[in-house]
Amino acid sequence: MLVLQAIIEGVLVGGFYALMAAGLTLVFGVMDIVNFAIGALIVLGAYLSYSITTHFHIDPFVSLIFTTPLMTALGMFIYVFLIKPIKTNKVVMSLLTMFAVATLIEGILDICYNSGFVQIHASYINNSLRIGKLNFPLIYVLSFLLSAFLLSCLYLVTYRTKFGRSLRASMQNPVAARLVGIDTDRVSMITLGIGIGLAAIGGMIFGTTNAFNASSSYDIISRLLVIVILGGFGSVGGALVAAIFMLVIQDVVAVVWSPVWGSTAFYMILMLVLLVRPQGLFGKKGVRAQ
Amino acid sequence: MSTDTTISQRPTPPSYEVPKAIRYGALTVGFLVLVIFPLVFNNPTISTIGVFAMIFLMAVTGWNIFSGYTGYIALGHAVFFGIGQYATAMLASYWQIPPGWETFLLIPVSMFLAGLAAIPIGLIVLRVRKHTFIVLTIALMFIFQLFAYNLRGWTGGSQGLEVSQPPWDGSIFNLPYYYVGLFLAIIAIVTSFMIRRSKFGLSLLAIRDDEDRARSLGINTRNSKLTAFVISAIFLGAAGCMYAMFVGSVYPQFSFDPAFDLELSIMAFAGGLGTILGPSLGALIISGAQQYFLITFGGANVFLIVYGALFILILRLLPGGVVPAISDKWRSHVVRKEQRILDSELEGPAEAGAHK
Amino acid sequence: MTLLGVEGIVKNYGGIQALRNCTMNFQEGAINGLIGPNGSGKTTLFNVMTGYETPDSGKVTFRGKDITNSTPDEVFAAGIGRTFQLTRIFPRLTVIENVHIAAQRKGLVAQMRQWSQPDERARALESLDFVGLTKLSREPAGSLSYGQQKLLEFAFIMVAEPKVMLLDEPAGGVNPTLLKHLGGRIKELNKTGVTFIIVEHDMEFVMGICDQVSVMHQGSALLEGKPEIVRNDPAVLEAYLGTDMTEVN
Ligand SMILES: Nc1ncnc2c1ncn2[C@@H]1O[C@H](COP(=O)(O)OP(=O)(O)O)[C@@H](O)[C@H]1O
Ligand SMILES: [Mg+2]
Repeated sequence: MLVLQAIIEGVLVGGFYALMAAGLTLVFGVMDIVNFAIGALIVLGAYLSYSITTHFHIDPFVSLIFTTPLMTALGMFIYVFLIKPIKTNKVVMSLLTMFAVATLIEGILDICYNSGFVQIHASYINNSLRIGKLNFPLIYVLSFLLSAFLLSCLYLVTYRTKFGRSLRASMQNPVAARLVGIDTDRVSMITLGIGIGLAAIGGMIFGTTNAFNASSSYDIISRLLVIVILGGFGSVGGALVAAIFMLVIQDVVAVVWSPVWGSTAFYMILMLVLLVRPQGLFGKKGVRAQ
Repeated sequence: MSTDTTISQRPTPPSYEVPKAIRYGALTVGFLVLVIFPLVFNNPTISTIGVFAMIFLMAVTGWNIFSGYTGYIALGHAVFFGIGQYATAMLASYWQIPPGWETFLLIPVSMFLAGLAAIPIGLIVLRVRKHTFIVLTIALMFIFQLFAYNLRGWTGGSQGLEVSQPPWDGSIFNLPYYYVGLFLAIIAIVTSFMIRRSKFGLSLLAIRDDEDRARSLGINTRNSKLTAFVISAIFLGAAGCMYAMFVGSVYPQFSFDPAFDLELSIMAFAGGLGTILGPSLGALIISGAQQYFLITFGGANVFLIVYGALFILILRLLPGGVVPAISDKWRSHVVRKEQRILDSELEGPAEAGAHK
Repeated sequence: MTLLGVEGIVKNYGGIQALRNCTMNFQEGAINGLIGPNGSGKTTLFNVMTGYETPDSGKVTFRGKDITNSTPDEVFAAGIGRTFQLTRIFPRLTVIENVHIAAQRKGLVAQMRQWSQPDERARALESLDFVGLTKLSREPAGSLSYGQQKLLEFAFIMVAEPKVMLLDEPAGGVNPTLLKHLGGRIKELNKTGVTFIIVEHDMEFVMGICDQVSVMHQGSALLEGKPEIVRNDPAVLEAYLGTDMTEVN
């Protein structure tokens, strides 16, 4: 019974990681940027929602109306002023830039909010949902539904809209995309905007389900990195499966064995998989030699 | 017409390198400055900055031997730094080494252990290519941090471990650390120099430029990468040992700190990634500035902000680093001089068809 | 005697059949030409033979040994060197360093010695001199023109001294005078026992130096024979110009 509970909880929490990993993968696919700042940005989103809910007594889900556009704009700003000017060695330079952005954000948050742990509050946060003998925190279920909804939106945008077509074209072959008149700069800007806008939503979810402080970002980013490596870089579907898979494993190990080893199991699996398949579970091999 | 006219008009190409006299002169001056530094500035606050600078000097030089030469940017070298630290703390208490000179004997042990650990780690992470590699190394660092937290029996968990410090007088306390650090840093730099000059080093640079091509020219890329990885880990182990001895304590979050590799890469990038002395220059300037900020601003958070902003600035303004910028300047100076000589030759005796 | 052979190679990329049941043999000591229209699978065949791609099925043999699943470095160690259609040089290293990379050394101690040893330097400079790049030897290789990069690749493959050289379109972007010179060198090396397999669209070049020519069409071998015979074969013309030609004739 406990194991079943752990599995379902793993799936529920996995939804959040899947959504964040999808954003990470999308950004990576379009512009070869490993958005290392995503952890710090999620925590930033969490703090924004936290401030809004505590000061104005607004429901955390409603706070997203303010935080999401704000963070989307931040993403576009980062693209225009920090990423676009990079000319050489893009993969490494942009990763280091995002690393620096993460450090900057962490420092700012630490000053603004001190290092004490906080959690976003809502009246229903301690309610839970009973199904048979199982008991799930309501907030987990709501978060999962929100994540699933956003993931479907993301899917529709990428596969059913004109922007999505430009986006996929830029992912597959940026040079050719530019040749057929796609403004890849604009696509990149919007993609990073979306990727970071999602962090606002992710932050709210993270902040309602966990107590956090400025350095929680490392917890998030370390897990997300494992998930995207496992999923095979650039494969959104892979990231989804890997996210759910990993979180379920972690929760089951935590229940069966000990919570301490839950996250260790997470990393052990990564190592084992990479020994067998260096390109990750769903990744493709490199390009051909001409 | 003989084809030979198209070939080798000028068999001796000009050298674009800064002349030996200038290079060695600068090196000697730099060396002397480092040797007398703590004697001139004998204020402990300043010589503390010096000790940290030496630790980072050897760390970044080691890091550059792998990442700078092969182009594989490792962001998890904190693993080896941390192994050096924990090895020092654990062995000092396990072997009951009395605080004092004897502790320094742990340096070679830490180097050995870090190098040893680098073999299996390298075998795993070096199977993947560039960006996956970067991310994997970061993930690896988190794994070690987790172990340090969880294996409480050995590591003390979040309580950390202590390395008891020798009862030396405050006025000279820093000197042994400084000079041992300087000595190790020089060994690292000489190693880096020898590697850069060797066929092995050339293979590493070939891997940086086109790994697959290098393989098809008979370079055993796996062994070359692994060797460089292990050598670089050894110096990180030394740095870790020095750090633990000097600071006197180790904690999971500081030994296996993601910001550590950020610091190393900012130093290397600022000075010139993949050059022999660029990273050293970066280490001296930036770790000096870093300690200064830490002392001036106190709180770690302001420090993080300054650091992040500084890094963004460096990446924007000096993406290639200081040393390449200087050699570029020199190069264009040589080219201009060449051009002038060529021009004056053209004005001289009858010349025809020498234009390209 | 067959030196390098492929047998029933199949290689698919998604829906594209790059190689379909390709069987071909290359003779020891010969200059083999490999021609065929664009997209007929020549480069893919090279990739399969040199370990850059694993075939879906089929076998690659070298001196009778199976090397199908060998990695590029193993293939090189066996004695097969290659150049690439889109040149692959080391752009951030200087021209002379590029050539030195190809100089072979055995053993750890030798690896740790300076890269610029006098004997290797002499060979490197000789080979650069041959392709006319001496005066650019201290420039970064990435700053060379496309044709010059091709020549550089040829220069370092010569220094590597493989027993078999696979050249993928060596003439592309190289001026005619130098091309003749290159052809001469290929013949010279061939006399010392080096086997060549050359993919080339420049028919004059191919017919001028090759002892044997194989034609590929749509991923498999169409025919092989002496250059004069291949040149006049209607099937070859058909392959190049499309099926409609025969109907017109
Ligand atoms: N990595 C690849 N992915 C997809 N298609 C490929 C790949 N490599 C080769 N092809 C296809 O295989 C066919 C043969 O290509 P190639 O070997 O380059 O021909 P050639 O060198 O004779 O011009 C072409 O249709 C090409 O598009
Ligand atoms: Mg081709």
